[in-house]
Amino acid sequence: MANYSTNEFKGGLKVMLDGDPCAIVENEYVKPGKGQAFNRVKLRNLMTGRVWERTFKSGESLEGADVMDLEMEYLYTDGEMWHFMKTDGSFEQYAVEKKALGDTEKWLKEQVPYTVTLWNDNAISVSAPNFIELEVVETDPGLKGDTAQGGSKPATLSSGAVVRVPLFINQGEVLKIDTRSGEYVSRA
Amino acid sequence: MTTNWQPTASIETLRQRARLLAKARAFFHARDVLEVETPVLGRGGSTDVHLVSLSTQARTERGQRRLWLQTSPEFHMKRLLAAGSGPIFQLARSFRDGEVGARHNIEFTMLEWYRPGFDLDALIEETTQLVTALLPRAPGPVVRHRYRELFHTHLHIDPFNASLDGLRALAAERGQMPLSTLEVESRETCLDLLMSLVIEPQLGQGELSVVVDYPARQAALARRHLDGEGDWVASRFELYVDGIELANGYHELTDAREQRERFDEDNEERRRLGLSEVDADQALIAALEHGMPEGAGVALGMDRLIQLALGKARLEEVLAFATPHC
Repeated sequence: MANYSTNEFKGGLKVMLDGDPCAIVENEYVKPGKGQAFNRVKLRNLMTGRVWERTFKSGESLEGADVMDLEMEYLYTDGEMWHFMKTDGSFEQYAVEKKALGDTEKWLKEQVPYTVTLWNDNAISVSAPNFIELEVVETDPGLKGDTAQGGSKPATLSSGAVVRVPLFINQGEVLKIDTRSGEYVSRA
Repeated sequence: MTTNWQPTASIETLRQRARLLAKARAFFHARDVLEVETPVLGRGGSTDVHLVSLSTQARTERGQRRLWLQTSPEFHMKRLLAAGSGPIFQLARSFRDGEVGARHNIEFTMLEWYRPGFDLDALIEETTQLVTALLPRAPGPVVRHRYRELFHTHLHIDPFNASLDGLRALAAERGQMPLSTLEVESRETCLDLLMSLVIEPQLGQGELSVVVDYPARQAALARRHLDGEGDWVASRFELYVDGIELANGYHELTDAREQRERFDEDNEERRRLGLSEVDADQALIAALEHGMPEGAGVALGMDRLIQLALGKARLEEVLAFATPHC
């Protein structure tokens, strides 16, 4: 991989730091009136999701990380690994570990496309689409006519996620959920 | 893909920019300071280890020559002073390679002026008047800080006497960088890091901060003198508003021999660091040998002052076509 100097650190650039692939979040060039310049850099560790802050001397460089985001459909889990398939027509499959899946596990639904991040061809993280439609598998019975009132109740969805929904929602209904906030949006 | 041809500043911003430039010119005209224009290209470049000069090749009447894009108009303006120009100012395009960020652009406008007969105090006074005149709201009282005191207040160390190991450990901690990357770094690098990361953001908040008495090693082209504690310091000031460094002024060095020594030291340091050497400006040395009047001079980042005056987050928003959209 190519090396990137601090000048080229743009948001989204993938680099290696301390052995882990990271994405540049922010890069601030700081220089005293006279003297050495530095770059104050925020990076997201793509393995852990944690954001690091680091200072570099301007002109230092980091090795690029061979990281790619690919669209893949979720297929199934064998209990140990979660299997995804590329949507580019190649039918190529990738097995994803629980650790890489993280919180996305509770938003999994077959045949829905997810963004799978590969590092050196290994899946290191999976992100769900911003909105997803899931069926309610368990919730208290709906209150008839109560469509305008406030108030909410928990509902368990087919993917295993539990979200707060309005009181009028019934078991078996399909809902649109914002996966970023984990909030109910509407009936699908 | 279509090529993005649009300016990085809005036309309205460029109108406001023009008004501020006119105001700056009026400020100097009212004080009888002559506006000059000096070349962007020069035979010599800046040897300053922390500046990266751009250069180009030109076919001149003396054949193919390497010419340096000036990092500030300083050398040419000092030659004018030596030739008897009297007080002068310039809005000069200047170039510093690799300086890219929210407050930096490789090509930028420097407002630089020289005042024969002024001492540092008189120039600080004039600089704060100019800045106050150009900002839409008064930036607050002018407060002086000594470099040493800033380190005492914000970091509880003495920048002149702290051990090198202690400075490296503190810089690594505050910079969130592994100590190993600072292993070979000098006192100045550690101090620069602490100044930039810890102290600068605190400066110019509700006041116009003027920093004085920098360590002598950071003198650049300023004179040196002994301070009350018996340490050599630079006769130099910097001015801050809102955590942003706006200006850098010197009681100017006029001694040709010392100037030559500083150029040589810079190039020696460049060799040590594996940086390419820069042609020292022999014409400046010759001008100083002829004699330059005693006085003070200051360089002010005009784009930055405009950025502050107009409340823009990024420098490119006040430049018609910021690099690399040029």
